[in-house]
Amino acid sequence: MFVAPHIEWAALSPVLILLGAAVIGVLVEAFVPRGSRRLVQVVVAALALGGALVAVTWRWTVVQQDGPSSLVAGALREDAPALLFQAILLILALLALLVIADRARGEDAFTPTASAIPGSEYEGQARRAGLAQTEVFPLTMFAVTGMLVFPAAADLLTMFIALEVLSLPLYLLAGMARRRRLVSQEASLKYFLLGAFSSAFFLMGLALLYGYAGSVHLADIATAVPLVSGMDGLLLAGSALVIIGLLFKVGAVPFHSWTPDVYQGAPTPITGFMAACTKVAAFAALLRFVYVVTPGLGWDLAPFLWIVAILTMVVGTVLAIVQTDMKRTLAYSSVAHAGFLLLGIIALDERGISGILVYLLAYGLATVGAFALVTLVRTKDAEGNLVGEAGHLSEWAGLGRRSPVLAVCFALFLLSFAGIPLTAGFTGKFAVFGAAVAGGDWPLVVIAVLASAAAAFFYVRIIVLMFFTEPATGEDGSATTVVRSEGLTAVAVVVCAVGTVLVGVVPTAVLAVAAQASKFLL
Amino acid sequence: MSIDLAAILIVAVPLASAGVLLLLGRRSDGWGHWLGVLASAASAVMAFVILFGLLGRGAEDRAVDVHLFSWIPAGELDVDAGFLVDPLSATFLLLITFVGTLIHVYAVAYMEHDDDRRRFFAYLNLFIAAMLILVLADSFALLFVGWEGVGLASYLLIGFWNQRTEYAVAAKKAFVMNRVGDMGLIIAMGAMFASIGSVDFETVFAAAPELSEGWATAIGIALLIGACGKSAQFPLQAWLGDAMAGPTPVSALIHAATMVTAGVYLVVRSGAIFEASPTAQLLVVIVGAITLVFGAIVGCAKDDIKKALAASTMSQIGYMMLAAGLGPIGYAFAIFHLLTHGFFKAGMFLGAGSVMHGMNDEVNMRGFGGLSRFMKVTWITFGLGWLAIIGFPGLSGFWSKDKIIEAAFVGEGWQPWVFGMVALLAAGLTAFYMSRLFFMTFHGKARWNDGKNEAPGPEQHPHESPLLMTVPMIVLAVGSLGLGAFLAFGDRFFHWLEPVTGHAEHHDPVIPIPVIMGATVVLMLIGVLLAWRQYWASSVPLMPPTGSVLTRAARRDLYQDSVNEAVFARPGTHTVRTLTYADTAVVDGAVNGLGAGAVGLGERLRKLQNGHVRSYSAAMSVGVVLVLVIVLVARI
Amino acid sequence: MTNPFIPILVMAALALLMAIGGVAASAVIGPKRYNKVKVDAYECGIQPSPHAMGMGRFPIKYYLVAMTFIIFDIEVVFMYPWAVAFTELAMFGLIAMLGFLFLITVPFIYEWRRGGLDWD
Repeated sequence: MFVAPHIEWAALSPVLILLGAAVIGVLVEAFVPRGSRRLVQVVVAALALGGALVAVTWRWTVVQQDGPSSLVAGALREDAPALLFQAILLILALLALLVIADRARGEDAFTPTASAIPGSEYEGQARRAGLAQTEVFPLTMFAVTGMLVFPAAADLLTMFIALEVLSLPLYLLAGMARRRRLVSQEASLKYFLLGAFSSAFFLMGLALLYGYAGSVHLADIATAVPLVSGMDGLLLAGSALVIIGLLFKVGAVPFHSWTPDVYQGAPTPITGFMAACTKVAAFAALLRFVYVVTPGLGWDLAPFLWIVAILTMVVGTVLAIVQTDMKRTLAYSSVAHAGFLLLGIIALDERGISGILVYLLAYGLATVGAFALVTLVRTKDAEGNLVGEAGHLSEWAGLGRRSPVLAVCFALFLLSFAGIPLTAGFTGKFAVFGAAVAGGDWPLVVIAVLASAAAAFFYVRIIVLMFFTEPATGEDGSATTVVRSEGLTAVAVVVCAVGTVLVGVVPTAVLAVAAQASKFLL
Repeated sequence: MSIDLAAILIVAVPLASAGVLLLLGRRSDGWGHWLGVLASAASAVMAFVILFGLLGRGAEDRAVDVHLFSWIPAGELDVDAGFLVDPLSATFLLLITFVGTLIHVYAVAYMEHDDDRRRFFAYLNLFIAAMLILVLADSFALLFVGWEGVGLASYLLIGFWNQRTEYAVAAKKAFVMNRVGDMGLIIAMGAMFASIGSVDFETVFAAAPELSEGWATAIGIALLIGACGKSAQFPLQAWLGDAMAGPTPVSALIHAATMVTAGVYLVVRSGAIFEASPTAQLLVVIVGAITLVFGAIVGCAKDDIKKALAASTMSQIGYMMLAAGLGPIGYAFAIFHLLTHGFFKAGMFLGAGSVMHGMNDEVNMRGFGGLSRFMKVTWITFGLGWLAIIGFPGLSGFWSKDKIIEAAFVGEGWQPWVFGMVALLAAGLTAFYMSRLFFMTFHGKARWNDGKNEAPGPEQHPHESPLLMTVPMIVLAVGSLGLGAFLAFGDRFFHWLEPVTGHAEHHDPVIPIPVIMGATVVLMLIGVLLAWRQYWASSVPLMPPTGSVLTRAARRDLYQDSVNEAVFARPGTHTVRTLTYADTAVVDGAVNGLGAGAVGLGERLRKLQNGHVRSYSAAMSVGVVLVLVIVLVARI
Repeated sequence: MTNPFIPILVMAALALLMAIGGVAASAVIGPKRYNKVKVDAYECGIQPSPHAMGMGRFPIKYYLVAMTFIIFDIEVVFMYPWAVAFTELAMFGLIAMLGFLFLITVPFIYEWRRGGLDWD
């Protein structure tokens, strides 16, 4: 007999608000005249993100009082870490939205018509007519909806749906850059193909785990671990495949190969958005899966996770050193950060959870801020026409003289990436490494410290380039220039910078909240 | 004003000033430098407030812990940010703010024609604040913040004239070598956390005596690496000479008086750890002794006046390290020498700056000579600094250096003999190279183009520097003259430091004290005489002479002292060449090699990132298969 | 009691028979008169795309129609089981289905308003 599940509408409110906003966004595209679409879209998206943030805060107070609970027949889990991950996601998404919405020099970062053949006459007409692909906003809202469900997903099917809901819009968004259309479309296709590939692994793992435990609920699988015997192969292979599916999303080596190409090809505001938010969501899901399902098999999965973490830290760092493109450098640096974050996963300890929370906040702020600044630094050809973002590192030379505020903010984000004390990055590294030490993973921490020291090299190299090198003029007379943002990007950068400093100087409050949220209760 | 408030303000004021200057940008160009001076002076006033506040207490109560805020309250590792005001940190506060303020004043005139003077003062203030945090910190974590802060400020200031590539390169070199040292400090903190579970001074030092010797040695060596990086000690000394690319006030403040002595501070502050590990302690002494000799030899060979002074700084810090490694009997002497050295070396750097100011930024001493007639104040103040550093009886350096030499002779076995003799001989070397520097610059024939002689180069019109520059030099010269005697009188400085360094039992050196003293003075005189003969009485060639060591030694082997000279002093001699070679080829080579290795590995890995989706998915598939193999095989 | 999997087996056998049998039957009894149109690939009655050597592009409208079809196809796939279990699912089922239909309709409205259904 079918029993209708009880739907906890109040607890679902953050997700519902965002989903509603996404649907409204689609209808806005259908009914609002072209001229006012962008304004309406930005307002709807900002209100939705703000509203969801308020809702999450409210649910936090409820959970603090009543304790965690299961929603919708166990499909979702509302507990402190999930809510905190959602709050971090919403804050970062709100900041990223500002960058996405910004139109420096009257042009946003997106193509006027995504369906036009690159370089065609039709595309040129669309650009001259000032068309805009405002579908970007509902797509972003759909992606955030998926990300919001991801940390709370308590069964593997919900997790998979959330994974797809967050991925599909991102595949599209990656292909919508205004300039270098072919690179962007290539990135989009690569992301889609490899994403589908990794989803297949996730599904395979799901199937194996269902075969093992007879349920897709994480809690049921966890209870089955000590009871079911003789099918360990199924359990281990299933867990490993599910983890691989998630590791793809966080960009861990050897499942990282899409990262640099996609980060480079995607429109820069989207790169910032997905680098920050996808990582938060995917780590949240990874954390829940590992902490709920696999504590019992820690010993069996440890070699795998250790090797992945070491590879990710080392390969990410080493490859970042040899990059000459700013976005690729940041992409590899994000790979390395995924490695550092894996330390918190491996720790299998409450402090690992709070460490990852703090680290993700610090990393997300610096990432959104850094990519926001990348959108403002442009190349100008000999006639003074803007031709695109200044991708090559050498084009950043001497930026500190001409735009000191921008360069100082960028340097701050880089220092935070490097984990220099008094920036948020230090607090995050400290928390995660501390957790790993407490978990007894000494060798990993030593490698991590060495890798972060080596990583500091290329961050500092960029700072040196900006402040101590003469600005270069290309052979064809091209030069680097900084465009004024409409104001939205500037706000985002300032908030990120202030946040980075605050979390670095007075981390007490953040650490305390994170420590409160460091328990998954089944 | 309470000590707590003063301790907070002393850091906050220069920090705020630096912030204001950097944020206002060009708008504050007109008055920015005076704001910088004022901020530094205000800190100096606070330092005196703290000094008198401490003096007003009994010797036992002279340690005030100022709690700032809970910094990292993460589970077992609970780090509070707080300041520790005790006689040791108060001594540094006075040195940093007082000498710092004088140098600020000097820089107002020295940097007058620089467009970026305001930025320069912002960095100077930033440095002062960071250095004060370093010495005030009550935990290794906060000390590390200051440690990185001074590194950053130093980097910014060395590269201040970054329009010249080689200066920017020098800044980078300093930064990289300092990072090596920083790793030492980080490892030390990690080891402390692992063995003791805390990084604040109180807990660590209380637990240090119970530490196993292995842990103590590990922590001690890691700390020593940190100290070597910051204080330009062997084998991390190479950056200091290049750091002279910065404006001269920077060299005076950061690379002579304050920042480079942070390593000594670290060793003395962590005395409890080193006492728990004789091995680490011995290493400190060995490092100090090697650097002491190394710096002195290099000092004999350099023709660049600032680089010669830098080599001398290195060597003098070697003295301090040596003393600090001797344990409680040496701590107070190390700090004492640090203090007097801060005064006379800063004074001499300012003097060198004044000479450069009058000679169109010429730094080659072979192009100086006979300048005493043209810059009287510089000559006299520099002369007092010179007498102080060579340990002329009665002046500051005599009191402090002599104590270290005596302490080096204390002990049992081979050690007092080796280290004592090294310290003693280095005193003679010091006298030689400093006199060489002094005579080449101020005495002998003028070797610059005065319009009448045949000397190459543009015509020079040496002149005395303005009052803003000479007054700080005079004040520092007074310090070089009297500070040592004032503090040594009745051992008052040692009693002042006793609550921190602990009371040291008096031991007799292996050689009677009067003999040591006599030998020091005699060696000093020999050194001066040699330099006089070579660089005052006879003419100094404009180009460094070349020629093999053997011929020279053979020609002069009748004169016992000439051997000394031929081996050590000849510029371009084999020894120096080898040392220089070792420095550039081995040390630089190792650093560059490491970088090249990483880049090479990266290039190879980059090949894998070829842009083809098929390769990417193949890589992923291989990864998945490997993971499954690992997971399923590791289970068995 | 028979094994519940037997109907499925029969179903699979029938499907296989249809697939193979259709091709086999046309090969055996069909007339064989080849011309250019006959050997072209079948693409829903549209001009088949030229080979990849030239500008191997499909008209975008083909995809629009195909995707619209898939949307409604999937809609029906969900509606059949709902209709079968309608009484059991009761109010919950109705609300869930209405939500699903609403979500399907929104993109359809978008497609329609933005001219996706205009053939030219």
